[in-house]
Amino acid sequence: MPEMTYSAALNRALREEMNRDPNVFVMGEDIGVWGDGGGVFSVTKGLLDEFGSHRVLDTPISEEGFVSMGVGAALVGSRPVVEVMYSDFLTLVMDPLVNQAAKMRYMFGGQAKVPLVVRTNLGAAGGKAAQHSQSFETWFMHVPGIKVVVPTTPADAAGLLKTAIRDDNPVLFLEHKLLYFMKGEVPDVIEPIPFGQALIRREGKDVTLVATQVMLQLALKAADQLEEEGIDVEVIDPRTLVPLDLETILTSVRKTGRCVIAHEAVERAGWAAEIGFEVSLQAFDYLDAPIVRVCSANLPVPYTKDLEAVVIPNLNDIKDGIRAVYQGKQYSRGGRAINE
Amino acid sequence: MQTIQKGVTVVKDSKQNKRDNELEVRLLRTMMLARAFDSNLPTLYNKGLIQGSSHSAIGQEAVAAGACLALRPEDYVTSTHRGHGHTIAKGADLTRMTAELLGRETGFCRGKGGSMHIADFSVNMLGANGIVGGNFGIAAGAALSLKLRGSDAVVLSFFGEGALNAGTFLETANMAKIWNLPVIFLCENNHFAMSARPEDMLAVKAIVDRAGAVGISGVEIDGMDVGAVFDAVQAAAARARAGEGPQFIAAECYRFEGHFSGDTMAYRDSAEADLWLERDPIPRQIQFLVSAGVLTTEAVTLMESEVKALVDEALVQASAAPFPDPQQAWEDLYA
Repeated sequence: MPEMTYSAALNRALREEMNRDPNVFVMGEDIGVWGDGGGVFSVTKGLLDEFGSHRVLDTPISEEGFVSMGVGAALVGSRPVVEVMYSDFLTLVMDPLVNQAAKMRYMFGGQAKVPLVVRTNLGAAGGKAAQHSQSFETWFMHVPGIKVVVPTTPADAAGLLKTAIRDDNPVLFLEHKLLYFMKGEVPDVIEPIPFGQALIRREGKDVTLVATQVMLQLALKAADQLEEEGIDVEVIDPRTLVPLDLETILTSVRKTGRCVIAHEAVERAGWAAEIGFEVSLQAFDYLDAPIVRVCSANLPVPYTKDLEAVVIPNLNDIKDGIRAVYQGKQYSRGGRAINE
Repeated sequence: MQTIQKGVTVVKDSKQNKRDNELEVRLLRTMMLARAFDSNLPTLYNKGLIQGSSHSAIGQEAVAAGACLALRPEDYVTSTHRGHGHTIAKGADLTRMTAELLGRETGFCRGKGGSMHIADFSVNMLGANGIVGGNFGIAAGAALSLKLRGSDAVVLSFFGEGALNAGTFLETANMAKIWNLPVIFLCENNHFAMSARPEDMLAVKAIVDRAGAVGISGVEIDGMDVGAVFDAVQAAAARARAGEGPQFIAAECYRFEGHFSGDTMAYRDSAEADLWLERDPIPRQIQFLVSAGVLTTEAVTLMESEVKALVDEALVQASAAPFPDPQQAWEDLYA
C-alpha cells in the first residue's frame, strides 16, 4: 500500500469521485489556484486544471451565500462538495446548514434530498488563536439531519469522503489542520467506508479510551507508554460522530469497566458528555470508576505557546486522565465551572 | 406611486402588450384561486383547524400568478413564508396543500411542514422558507446546478423587500452575477416587513438599486397588474435562458392583510390602505377582461363560484384525511 498524506488522500478521493460522477463539483475560497495549486491545505490541488472552472469554483468571501448555494444545487440533482476554509467560519453558515440543509428532507415530508458535503477543518495548529483553532463538532451533533464525520488516518479520510459524497444527506466532513501533512498507508483502491463503524485502534483490557483525530493519536501514544505502568488501554476511534457506533464503545466498557473520552472541543457540554452519559446509562453496572473526560479547557484558544498549552490537552493530560480512571479518581481539565 | 430612476425600466400600463385572451383568463383564474385559498385562512384558524403561523398573501396575487404562468413547468421557484399563492400558481394540488395546512398525512409534507414549509417538488416548487432571506442561495444554487448540467431551465426566487436587507442577497446575487446564473430575483415589495416600512429600512430609494450594487440591472413594475408581472417575468426568463445571467424585478404591491392572522395592524395608515385596495389586481383584471369583451360578468361570477367550490372541495377532502400516525414523527429525517 502506498503511503501518502491525509491531504493527498483526500485529494485522491475527491478526484476519483469527480471522475466517477459528473454531478460532483467543488466550491470554496481559494481552492483553485492558491498555494501549490489548490486550497490552503492542498486538498483540492490540481483539480482546477483537471476538471475546469465549471466544476472547481473559487468563490468570493461569502460563506453563507456559497454554502446556501451548495444546498440549492444539491436539492436539484448536483452533489456539491463545499469547502469552508476554517471550521471557525461555520458560525457564518449556520442558517444554510442548520435551518435549511438539515431540515429540508424532514420538513418537506421526504420530498427533498440534499446530497451536500461541507468540508472544513477543526482544531488548534499552533498559534492560530481564538478564531482559527476551534472544534465545533458537537454543535452539529445537536442538529438532527446532519451527519458528522471526523477522520484521523489518510485511509479513513479518503474512504469516508467517498461515502460522504455518495450519501444522499448533508454531511459535515471535519478534517484536522495538524493531520493534513501526516502520512499513512492508503489502499491502492479506495473503497467507501460505511458511516457508524468505530474502529478499535488498540486492544486492551483495563481502560476504554474514546478519542478522535489529534487526541486519538495522543491516546495511542499514551496507551503505549502506560503499558510500562501496567495499564492496558483499549483505544476506540468512532470515525463518525453522527451516526455513532455506540455499541463498540459499550462492548469495550463492559469489558474494561473504565472509560476515558478525549476531545479537543471544550469540555463543557462537549460530546464526551453525551457518550459519557450513554455509557453511564447503558454500562452502569460494569463501571468500576467515574468516567473521565480529557478535553480542552472551557476557554477560547489563546495565541502564545504556553497559553495555548493550558487550553489544548497534551500527551501528559491524557496519561493523567487514564491514570485517574484506573485509580478510580475524578479528573477534569475544563477549569471554569458551569456555574461561574 | 413609483419613483422613476435612471436606468430603471418602469412597466406602467401593460395592456398594450400581446397576451392572448386564454392566457389573460388563466391569469385571472389563478389569482382568484390564490385569493380564495388565503381568504379561508381566518375561518380555518377560528375553527382551530390550523395552528402555528400562516401568512396571507391577499393583495399580492398578481405577482404569484403573473410570475408562475410566465415560467415553464421545468423551471423552479423558491418561495417565502407568504407562499400559498406561489405554490398554487406553480400548479400544486389544492387538496394536498390544504391537507398540509390541516396537518394531515396526505399533505405535501405529510404534516411536518405546515403553511410555512409548503413545498411541491413535483411541480418544481422548492419550498416556502421560514427564514427571511433563506431562499436566495437555494435559488442561485439550483441555478448553478442547472447551468453546470446544461439545462435551459431557470429558477425564480420570490422574496419580500424586507429580505433585501439580509446579507444573503448581496452574497448570492453577486455570485449569480459573476457566474452568470439563470436566476430571476423577484422582489415583492408589499410595503411591510411585519410592521417595518421599506422607506425606513432600505437605504436606497429605488429597490432595483440594490441589484445595481452587484451589477444586475433590474426592472421596476406595477405588481398589482398581473399582465405587467407576466411580461416582465417572461422577458427575464427569456434573457436568463439565453445565457444573459441573473435578472431582477421589483414588483410593487401591497399586503392587504396583517403579517399573520390576528395582527391588528395598529401600525398601518388606513387611508394608505384604502388607496391600495382600489388597485386590487383581481377587480382590475376582471374589468379589463369584461371591457375587452373577453368575459361577461356572468362568466366572471361563474368563475368565482367555481374557484370557491374548488377551494371548498379541497377543504372537505383534506378534512377527511387522517392525521399522521405519531410514529411518523420518526420518518423522513434521512434519505
